[in-house]
Amino acid sequence: MRALVASSKPPLVFLLVLTLLSAAPSADEKRLSVYSSVATYSLPVTDRGGHDYVGLLDLLEPLGRVSAEKSGPRWKLRYNAIDSEFVPGGSRAKIGGRNYDLPLPFLLDGSRGLVPVSSLGTLLPRFLGAPVNFRESARRLLIGDVAIQSSILLDSSTPPRLVLNFTAPVNPTVSTEPGKLHLLFKRDPVVPPGGQSISFDNKVITQVAYSESNGAAELDVSANAPLMASFSNGGRTITVALVPPSAVPGGALSPSTSATAPPGQAPAQPGPAGQIAPVTSGTPSRHVLAIIDPAHGGDERGAALTATLAEKDVTLGFARLLRHELEQRGFAVVLLRDADINLTADQRAGAANAARAGIYFSLHAASQGTGARVYTALLPVEGQDSGTFHAWNAAQAPALPVSRTLAAAIVNEMQKRQFTAHASSASLRPLNNVLMPALAVELAPGPNGIADLPSANYQQQVAAAIADAVAPFRDRMGAQP
Amino acid sequence: MLVVVIAMGTYVRRMRRQAAEFQYAASLQPVAPPASGPTETVTLYIADDAAGTLRAQSAQIPLPGGRQQRAEELLRTLLRIYQQPGASHPLAPAADIRSIYLFAPGAAVIDLNAAFADQHRSGILDEQLTVNSLVETLAVNVPGVTRVRILVEGQTRETLAGHADLTDFFDPSTIAQAK
Repeated sequence: MRALVASSKPPLVFLLVLTLLSAAPSADEKRLSVYSSVATYSLPVTDRGGHDYVGLLDLLEPLGRVSAEKSGPRWKLRYNAIDSEFVPGGSRAKIGGRNYDLPLPFLLDGSRGLVPVSSLGTLLPRFLGAPVNFRESARRLLIGDVAIQSSILLDSSTPPRLVLNFTAPVNPTVSTEPGKLHLLFKRDPVVPPGGQSISFDNKVITQVAYSESNGAAELDVSANAPLMASFSNGGRTITVALVPPSAVPGGALSPSTSATAPPGQAPAQPGPAGQIAPVTSGTPSRHVLAIIDPAHGGDERGAALTATLAEKDVTLGFARLLRHELEQRGFAVVLLRDADINLTADQRAGAANAARAGIYFSLHAASQGTGARVYTALLPVEGQDSGTFHAWNAAQAPALPVSRTLAAAIVNEMQKRQFTAHASSASLRPLNNVLMPALAVELAPGPNGIADLPSANYQQQVAAAIADAVAPFRDRMGAQP
Repeated sequence: MLVVVIAMGTYVRRMRRQAAEFQYAASLQPVAPPASGPTETVTLYIADDAAGTLRAQSAQIPLPGGRQQRAEELLRTLLRIYQQPGASHPLAPAADIRSIYLFAPGAAVIDLNAAFADQHRSGILDEQLTVNSLVETLAVNVPGVTRVRILVEGQTRETLAGHADLTDFFDPSTIAQAK
């Protein structure tokens, strides 16, 4: 909950980087990543005379019972039932009663025994009794059968999309820059998908390149248009698709935040108090991307609305209807899940932030009460911004005034249509992690009770009210504080 | 002889029933005696599901001397209201406050038992009302509390029952604005 998410205030970046450099480990610090069925962890690598070394006790400790002691001129280590002896400065060791020659001398740093990183591929099997796949140049150590394979498929339909399938769930860090989308795998033992680079005969998505270094693997997708990633299939599938071009800030159809508003319309930026006003006349100047996030999914069923009706199913149906209603009113819409899959709150927020959407809806359903409740984020105590970075658990703070304005507009629209509705605040993730105006809508039973919850007719009426309420604000979205 | 046997059998059955009733009654007794001594006026923030809000309600309750014990008694009083038949915001009979820890400066940690969370109704409104009620009641009646964290069985829990995020400290002042 201490992670930070960047906003766009370039003059402060330099100062922030200096602050981070003084407070955090250097990004260049050498690391060794270890992946096993027991634990996944990362260790610092120590430089000794231009060679990489790592603490043997540190390396084995997460994997089993281990103890070490200095005994005369020898350093003895016991891992599970295997005894070993090392001599500081010497290259010959004895492991499990058999001699083993290190490629570089064993070193003792205080009571800490250091072995050369280059030895791990042959040294560790002596202790573990299992094969290891040591990717030495990247310092990634895979113990046993833990490697995650991937397959890459380009769907060349218009617009194209790239589907990455993995043999186990993955949780990479997603970042973008002009023409590229990066997936950084720090905790997932992802291995190369065949070749290091795959080129496509496609004018938009041109290449996927695999690389690995300093304990992490990376997939870089190159394209001639902005990209976004969405997760599905319980984290086993990542789909890279184009951000709808008209929704991209600075895109061909999208005015920059300093663009002059069409005649008769208010400026595109929020007012001094962070509020936005609806457009009362004029033609929509552009589309805005709306992210719809049907809550729960997969084995996370949400509330049991009845003995047979799960919240996750109601939210998905409701999301599809809201998508239709928003598209009818000129929004570009992306559903974060369009199937019964698991997504973490971080994955949901990350996808919304990476897409730089104009508005985010989290959809829920409940068996208590009537009508609908509209929530904005209730921010926690901790969440201090640091310069140009926002605290992850309070990333919503700058957009919160706009979110509240939109929540009030939705409630007003629903009440006009005789729906019971009220706006409030909730400590509901990922509302507080989302950079753009963000709302959660909790659908409650209608006049016919719980039977209304899965009713497409009832859901459509609520969805239409939401879409009607936010549509007048569309041209003000995207100009985030 | 037959009359004596029948009479003995009836007597034994009655004794067994009385013993069972006594055992049942004993299981409903609180494990700790309620606080005694002079009563104080406190303000409880009672969740109302129908209105979807909290309402302030004054109550006269006996409070022990220690700050931590006072906080625990305060929230247990609140809990008992929610556990009565017809409560405006029902909570499970087995729900309980395990303990409350007060730290300087201004931090309070409410430790709920597992039944409190496991048997809580799932939904944004239901869960948020519970959180708001606990946090506001504690902050208003225990001077100096400016942030409140909720644990379950001494552990961090992601959400109360699938929605209300419990991984951070709550700010009573923002909850007061929201209620």
